[in-house]
Amino acid sequence: MKLAKLALLSLCLVAAGQMTPAEAALSVFACEPEWGALATELGGNKVDVYVATTAKQDPHQIQARPSLIARVRSADLVACTGAELEVGWMPVVFRQSGNAKVQPGGPGYFAAADYVRLLEVPNRLDRADGDVHAAGNPHIQTSPKNIRLVAVALGKKLATLDPPNAAFYAERQKAFLQKWDEASAKRDAKAASLKGVNIVAQHRFWIYMMDWLGMKEGLTIEPKPGVPPGSAHIAELIESIPKQGAKMILFTSYEDARAADTIGERTKIPAVMLPATVGGSAAATDLIALYDDIVNRLLAGLGGHAGARS
Amino acid sequence: MRYQFTQRVTLPAAAACIMAAAPAGAQDLQSVRREIQEMRQLYDSRLAQMKADYETRIKDMEQRLKSAEDATAVATDKAVAAQQTAAQAAQAGPADAAIGTSKNSDNAFNPAISAVLDGKFGVFSTNPNTYKIPGFMLGDETSPGKRGIALGESEIGLSANVDQALYGNVTLSFSSENTVSVEEAFLQTTALPYGLKVKAGRFFSDIGYLNNQHAHTWDFADTALPYRAMLNTQYDDDGVQLKWVAPTTTFVEIGSEVFRGDAFPAAGAKNAGLGSYTAFTHVGGDINDSSSYRTGLSWLHTEARNRVNGPDTFTGRDNLFILDGVYKWAPDGNPVERNLKLQGEFFYRREAGDLNGMTFGGDHQLGWYAQAVYQFMPDWRVGVRYDGVSASQLNSSFAGTVLDSRGTTPQRESIMADYSTSEFGRFRIQYNHDESRPKTDHQALLQYTISLGAHGAHSY
Repeated sequence: MKLAKLALLSLCLVAAGQMTPAEAALSVFACEPEWGALATELGGNKVDVYVATTAKQDPHQIQARPSLIARVRSADLVACTGAELEVGWMPVVFRQSGNAKVQPGGPGYFAAADYVRLLEVPNRLDRADGDVHAAGNPHIQTSPKNIRLVAVALGKKLATLDPPNAAFYAERQKAFLQKWDEASAKRDAKAASLKGVNIVAQHRFWIYMMDWLGMKEGLTIEPKPGVPPGSAHIAELIESIPKQGAKMILFTSYEDARAADTIGERTKIPAVMLPATVGGSAAATDLIALYDDIVNRLLAGLGGHAGARS
Repeated sequence: MRYQFTQRVTLPAAAACIMAAAPAGAQDLQSVRREIQEMRQLYDSRLAQMKADYETRIKDMEQRLKSAEDATAVATDKAVAAQQTAAQAAQAGPADAAIGTSKNSDNAFNPAISAVLDGKFGVFSTNPNTYKIPGFMLGDETSPGKRGIALGESEIGLSANVDQALYGNVTLSFSSENTVSVEEAFLQTTALPYGLKVKAGRFFSDIGYLNNQHAHTWDFADTALPYRAMLNTQYDDDGVQLKWVAPTTTFVEIGSEVFRGDAFPAAGAKNAGLGSYTAFTHVGGDINDSSSYRTGLSWLHTEARNRVNGPDTFTGRDNLFILDGVYKWAPDGNPVERNLKLQGEFFYRREAGDLNGMTFGGDHQLGWYAQAVYQFMPDWRVGVRYDGVSASQLNSSFAGTVLDSRGTTPQRESIMADYSTSEFGRFRIQYNHDESRPKTDHQALLQYTISLGAHGAHSY
C-alpha cells in the first residue's frame, strides 16, 4: 500500500521532469566548455550540447551534482579532457548514471587528451608532490594546436556515432579546420614578439600555451600543484621574480587574483588574467576568439598592462 | 671542402708551370724572379688567409658538433620519455598503443586500493560507556566515542571493474578493538540498458542522504542523532538493490532494496532471510551556476526478532520514513575558495510489537537534524548542527525499559571547525552540547582523517 503510494509519487515526479530535447541527432555531454564549443562547431544543429562546467570553475574540483548524473544518463557522447582531470567527479557521475554506452572505454566516451602529446608526464608519483596527474599535464586546451588535433578526432567520433550525418560532419570539420588554420596563421604572426618571454604562473596551467608561443615559465605561485602558497613562499617569489626577468604573472579565470595581485604590485609587473576556456572572458565567446583574446592579453601584459579581469 | 682541396693543389702547381714556361734571358730572368717573388708573396698571403679561414671553419664545426651532441642527448631524453609514455599508454589500455610485450601484466589489473585512517581525542563530561537515549532501543555502534586518545575506524577499500558488465567494491573496517568487519562488499552492474542498475551483496542502503556515506566523508566527527537512534548510525545489510535513473534533465532516481534483515533495526533475518525492504526516490538539479540541490523521500521497513538492548528484548516491526534535502552553493559554482552546504533530514518512525512480552501498538518516534557547513577560505571550514529525536510516551508498564522516554526530548547542538592539508588529510575540532541524555554532556572531539592510495570521487 505504502509502496504503491511511493511508486505513484515517483511516477508523478518523472512526469514533472522535462524530457530531454529529441530533435538533435546526438546528445553531447561536454565536461568542459572547450569541448562543448568544439562539438557545436563540428556538429552544428545535429548535436544538442550540454556543458557541465563553466570557465569560472576549476575542473579539478567539481561536485558530482545530480544534474550531471541526469544529463549523462541520456547522453550519446560524453566528451571530456581525460588524463585524470575529472577523476574527482566523473567516476561517480558515470557509475550513477546507468548509461553503459558512454562509460570510459565505451563507444560514446571521448577523451581529448588521448589525441594530443601530453607534457610533464611525471617520473615519480607521490602525493607529497601535490596534485600530480599520472598521465601528464591535463590542461591541453591552452594551445590551439591541441584543439586542431582534437577537432580531427572529435569529427570522426561524431560521424561514427551518427553515420547518416557523416557527410554533414565531414563538411563542417573541413570548413572549421580551414577557418581555424587561417585564424591561427594570423594570430601566430601577431604573437611573434611573445617568443622567449618569461612569465610566472599561478598553477602549472599554461604549459601547452608556452610550448605554442615559445614562452618560458620560470616560477609558479603554487609551491606544488594544487597547494595554495604560504606567505614565506610569496616573499621568496617577490625576491626571485626580478632576478628571473619575468614579464608578467598569469592566472586563470577561475583562480583567485589576490596572490597574483600582491606579487604583481610588489614586483611591478602586471598580473594578467587569461581566460581558462571559452567563456572565461567577455571576448572569449568561441574557440577562435578565446586564443585571439589570450594573445591580445599577453601582448598587453608585455606592454605592462594588466588588462581586464573579465 | 672539395673546392678548398683543389685550390691548395692548384696554387703551387701554377707556380711550377709559370717557372717552367719562363724564357731564359737575363732581363727576363729578373722579371721572372720578380714574378716569382710576387707569386710567392701572393702564395704566402693566400696560405695565411686560408689558415685563418680554416681555423674559423674548424671552430664553427666544433660548435656544430657540440650542439648536435646536445640535441642527441635531448632526443634520447625525449625517446625515453616517449617510451615511458608508451608504456603508460599500454598500461592504460588503448590496444593500438600496446606493442606485444611478454611481461606478466597480472599486477596491472590490480583493483584501486585505498585506506582511510581515523583517530580521535575525546573529552566527555558524562561517561560515554553508559550512553543511552531515553525512549529508543539502540544498536551496538551508538557510543558517542571514547575518552582520551583512541584510534577510530580504519578502512581498507578495494574496487575495480570486474569485467565489461560489472563493478565490484569491498570495504573492510577495522575497529580500535582489533575486530574486523565487512562494511561493504558488493557488485554493481554497469551495462544494463534504460538507466537501470542492480547492486548485490552487502552495502549501505540508499535511504536518506547520509545513510550511504562513509564515516570519513561526514562533515562532523559523529553522525546525527536520528541516524544514531534509529539506524545504529547507518543501515548496512546484505541485500539486493534495483535503481533507475529517469531520462529527464532534472535528476530523478527511483530505487528499491530487499535486505536479509540481520542488521539493526532489523534482527533475526525474518521472512526466510528477506526481513527488510526499502523504497526511495531522489530528485535534484541545478538552481543556477552557483547552486544545486537534491531532495529525497525514503521508506524502510524492518522486522526484528529478539532484538536485544541491555536487559530488553524486542520482537516486532518498524516503518521509517525519511525526508532529506541538501543544498550547495559556491560563488560561480567554484568551491575552491568558498562554499556552503546546507543539509537536513526529518525522520518519522512507527514501531510496534512486543517488548519483554508486553505488546504495544504504535510508538511514534521523530528525529531531525539541520546543519550548515561553510568553507570561508581554502582548506578551512566551520559548521553548526542541531539535531534531536523524540519518542511518544508509552503506558506506565513500559516505565524503566529502553522505550521509556521519561518525558525528555533528546537533542544536541554542535559546532565544528576543520582544516584540510589537502583533499586527503583533514584535522577537525568539534564541540557537542549533548542533551540526548537527561544529564547534559559537554563533549570535545579532536579528529584526524587521512586517506592513502586511490581516493574515489565523492558522491554529491
